[in-house]
Amino acid sequence: MKKSYYQPEDLKKFGKINEWNEVLGSKFFDYYNSVFEEGSLSAREKSLIALAVSHVIQCPYCIDSYTKDGLQRGIEKEEMMEAVHVGAAIKAGAALVHGVQMMSRHDQLSM
Amino acid sequence: MKIKSLKARQDSLAQTEKQLEILSGGIFKDGSLPTFKEKVKSSNLPPVRPTALEILQINVGYMCNQVCSHCHVDAGPDRKEIMTHETMEQILTVLQNNTIKTVDLTGGAPEMHPEFRWFVEEIRKTKVEEIIVRSNLTIILANKKYHDLPEFFAKHKVHVISSLPFYKRGKTDKQRGDGVFDSSIKALQMLNKVGFGIAEGSLELDLVYNPSGAFLPGDQKALELDFKKALKEDFDIEFNQLFSITNLPISRFLDYLIASENYEEYMYSLVEAFNPMAVENVMCTNTISVSWEGFLFDCDFNQMLDLKVDASTTHISEFSTEALSDRNIRLSQHCYGCTAGAGSSCQGSIA
Repeated sequence: MKKSYYQPEDLKKFGKINEWNEVLGSKFFDYYNSVFEEGSLSAREKSLIALAVSHVIQCPYCIDSYTKDGLQRGIEKEEMMEAVHVGAAIKAGAALVHGVQMMSRHDQLSM
Repeated sequence: MKIKSLKARQDSLAQTEKQLEILSGGIFKDGSLPTFKEKVKSSNLPPVRPTALEILQINVGYMCNQVCSHCHVDAGPDRKEIMTHETMEQILTVLQNNTIKTVDLTGGAPEMHPEFRWFVEEIRKTKVEEIIVRSNLTIILANKKYHDLPEFFAKHKVHVISSLPFYKRGKTDKQRGDGVFDSSIKALQMLNKVGFGIAEGSLELDLVYNPSGAFLPGDQKALELDFKKALKEDFDIEFNQLFSITNLPISRFLDYLIASENYEEYMYSLVEAFNPMAVENVMCTNTISVSWEGFLFDCDFNQMLDLKVDASTTHISEFSTEALSDRNIRLSQHCYGCTAGAGSSCQGSIA
């Protein structure tokens, strides 16, 4: 067994998911590819959203993929970092807004 | 710090055998990835063979005023190889006696060849319809004697194809050297001024984009829109088309890939992006590349790997379209660079 849960080379093997269940795997990959096509949002905008989400869910495979995808699309590092901050801000905000729950609970339990 | 050519550094990669050894070894030798030939075969495609010859790409020498970090020619100011007058005469004879639509002049910086202007004027007297000059732009401003190149190009209706890695300073200078971006912008404005690149004009000015790193170029059309918008808004520059070209893993780019530990991942990316549709239109099918010494190659990349044409004639002095049309194109794993994604050629995407 490998010594680490994450192996960089596993990303290249993503397609192998289909080997054990082609029906569901194909549905996923078709859906995935459709999502990233040009639409009301440009493929470029979607790439930046994907990069931000990759950080929020802390997926190393996704971060590798969408950093490279951004470079290929001519997205600049300043744009990438701003996208990461958007994700980080939402994540921080999501944590912090629970503070209101803490305050309510605190007040409820206190005399 | 200015970099030197691999040759001047006496780097082992300046030896073509060493490069070919790397391209055939490792992941291709142990079967992790198929060789290009195997991939073509397993995709049920016919072997890559020449069609009608349309383009003679002539490399007049490796001298250049720039030392770009990705250069597949390993060109630079320290390279002294230049084409002799005799070889140029032999080429002119070939152009006179054969129907070749396009001559594509490259280098190094082809304009630095002392007989560059004479050569262009003489080519114009032949049956050749189109003369392309691959200009690095900065040469126009490098020395007073080059300042009138835009007028010279216009007079001889030269199709100018110029490299500009990005529409912003940072990435351009990182790949091509400090100050390259500002000089390139000024040169583009000079070309626009004499009528190049103006949408409806007859003088063609195309730009070449190649990625500044170990990744593949994105969609050519989308990049062209970004380039056009930014160059127009920021510098009032116009051009006709943008060609996106994939960096091939040879010479200085191969050196960079290995040194930055990106080689294997890059080769995986190229192989994964293999597009059977692109194989049909690879430029080696309609192009012959001529080296400064007059030798013939399937493409400029094979020239840099010293893989001469697999034909009974290998020199311009014994040029024969019959002999050349009956040849097998020499392939190695760098060929994956021309078939990745939308494909890549000196004229941009091909699929």
